[in-house]
Amino acid sequence: MSRYLGKKVAAALVSFLVTLVIGFVIFSLMPADPVRTLTRGRPTSEEQLAQIRVQLGLDEPVWYRFLTFAGDTLRGELGFSWQFQQSVSSLVAERLGPTLLLMGAAAVISIALGLWLGVHSGWRHGTLFDKVASGASLTLWSVPTFWLGMILLVLFSGWFPSGGMSDPSLAATGLEHVLDVARHLVLPALTMVLVVFAQYVTVMRASVIDELGSPYLLTARAKGLTDADVRRKHAVPNALLPSVTMIFMHLGTLVTGAITVEAVYSWPGLGYLTYEALKIPDLPLLQGTFIIFSASVILMNLLADLAYRFLDPRVRVQ
Amino acid sequence: MKRSGLWGIGVLAAFALLALTAPLHIGDDQLDVVRVDGPRLAPPSAAYPLGTDLAGRSILHLVIWGSRESLSIGLIATALTVLLGTAVGLLAGHYQGRIGQALMHVTDWFIALPSLPLAISLSAVLGQGAASITIAIAVTSWTATARLVRAQTLAVEARPFIERARALGAGNRQVMLRHVLPNVMPLVLVSSTLTVASAILSEATLTFLGLGDPTSVTWGSMLQTAFSGGAVTAGAWWYLMPPGLAILLVVLGFTLTGRAVEHLLNPRMVQHA
Repeated sequence: MSRYLGKKVAAALVSFLVTLVIGFVIFSLMPADPVRTLTRGRPTSEEQLAQIRVQLGLDEPVWYRFLTFAGDTLRGELGFSWQFQQSVSSLVAERLGPTLLLMGAAAVISIALGLWLGVHSGWRHGTLFDKVASGASLTLWSVPTFWLGMILLVLFSGWFPSGGMSDPSLAATGLEHVLDVARHLVLPALTMVLVVFAQYVTVMRASVIDELGSPYLLTARAKGLTDADVRRKHAVPNALLPSVTMIFMHLGTLVTGAITVEAVYSWPGLGYLTYEALKIPDLPLLQGTFIIFSASVILMNLLADLAYRFLDPRVRVQ
Repeated sequence: MKRSGLWGIGVLAAFALLALTAPLHIGDDQLDVVRVDGPRLAPPSAAYPLGTDLAGRSILHLVIWGSRESLSIGLIATALTVLLGTAVGLLAGHYQGRIGQALMHVTDWFIALPSLPLAISLSAVLGQGAASITIAIAVTSWTATARLVRAQTLAVEARPFIERARALGAGNRQVMLRHVLPNVMPLVLVSSTLTVASAILSEATLTFLGLGDPTSVTWGSMLQTAFSGGAVTAGAWWYLMPPGLAILLVVLGFTLTGRAVEHLLNPRMVQHA
């Protein structure tokens, strides 16, 4: 077990290192002249430009700049935002909570809904229920997330707040504040759930159908168990195993959803921060959110591997 | 399943026809913000069947015109994706030693990266516009093709006719391009219809986030101007519905077509999908 764990953690660390390299290439090597972007719109002499280059360390060799960048990132220093005049790490720390709340709520609801629909449409595949569930999830998957968000905003504009995470005029505390945030959370979370749950339906449905012909189900039926018991106690636990990995793998798509949903609902999280950074574009801030998003996806994939190992005794023995 | 595939092809044919014939009945003066004379943000009427936008242009015209760029960005990005993915997959499958392993490692790293943040970062650095969006889409979506092509290449290269070709003196390049590639391409083309679907969604998303060319008309840019112009608070559903439904129909069309052809080629999958 510990060797397996070590291997997976090492692979994740390598992935993170690669993320750093890609981030470095995109944000430090690709922009033609970062100093000109930085001083854009202000009259600057060649001397001043050269001075800023030295200040930013741009006159150092590439490998040295990469090592400095990697070291800073590992110490949690993600640079300085041009737009907010504040360190990127402090901005990320401020915005992390709202994103986790939104993604967590959306993940829990969409996984529960998706798995339930997947189990039932797989168990009774070919029926009207299956066709409606599969059709609805396929259609919702084909919809741009941000568009669905805007449509829901138009539809429910009077019922739920149109943006933000809380009403500043209320200045509510305690339970009142929780309810206020919950009211603001409804539409963004609903948008994400509607787009994301489809993939869980597909995965779960396929693995339930895979189990359908298994002899152990015949045995269970021969014992005289009801159809619901055969499904709940025998088919679902087995079908759940392959789905768990897929579920974790798909959590990355939540990140994508978070960016567009937060942009539409001005939900003050990391996605909205990315959206704000894009308008300038504020490259240090974009680099910071890119690294945070990538790191979180790598972490989730690692958890998926470990969860699979833990859940499936067959893999554990090997 | 067959019937839904036909629906998919029908929808795609209709959109292709609309996009190709658009210049015949929509002129520059109907799309130029300065020269149009319609009412601003007006709901559907006899003169403007789908209403007008913030500048007084007909939404119907904009949606039809937008199909040109949205579809072409989707198709070009897919072509780039397939080219990149096929090259990597073919090389990784053919050179099974260190080169192949290294290429598969690179592929795995790219799979692990979240695609939207990567695409956003790339196109933000490359600058606004269709070209940078196209590149960003290709860079973030080639991995699926690469894996597919590699698996197929391994399967094809295990077959006796490759050994025969080698015995006759075929070099690496000839084996890859003359023998493996033609056997791999049909499946790649099928999977690319699904790639087009996600490329069109990505294009709309990136343009909505403000990475597109601000002067051009695409479905994504229509939604972006609608959003930033306050169409949501104004409740201008006629401005929001058409571009979104157009994206939905085209994406659904590509997905259904792709699935139907996939089933034709691989009937054993029918039960599962």
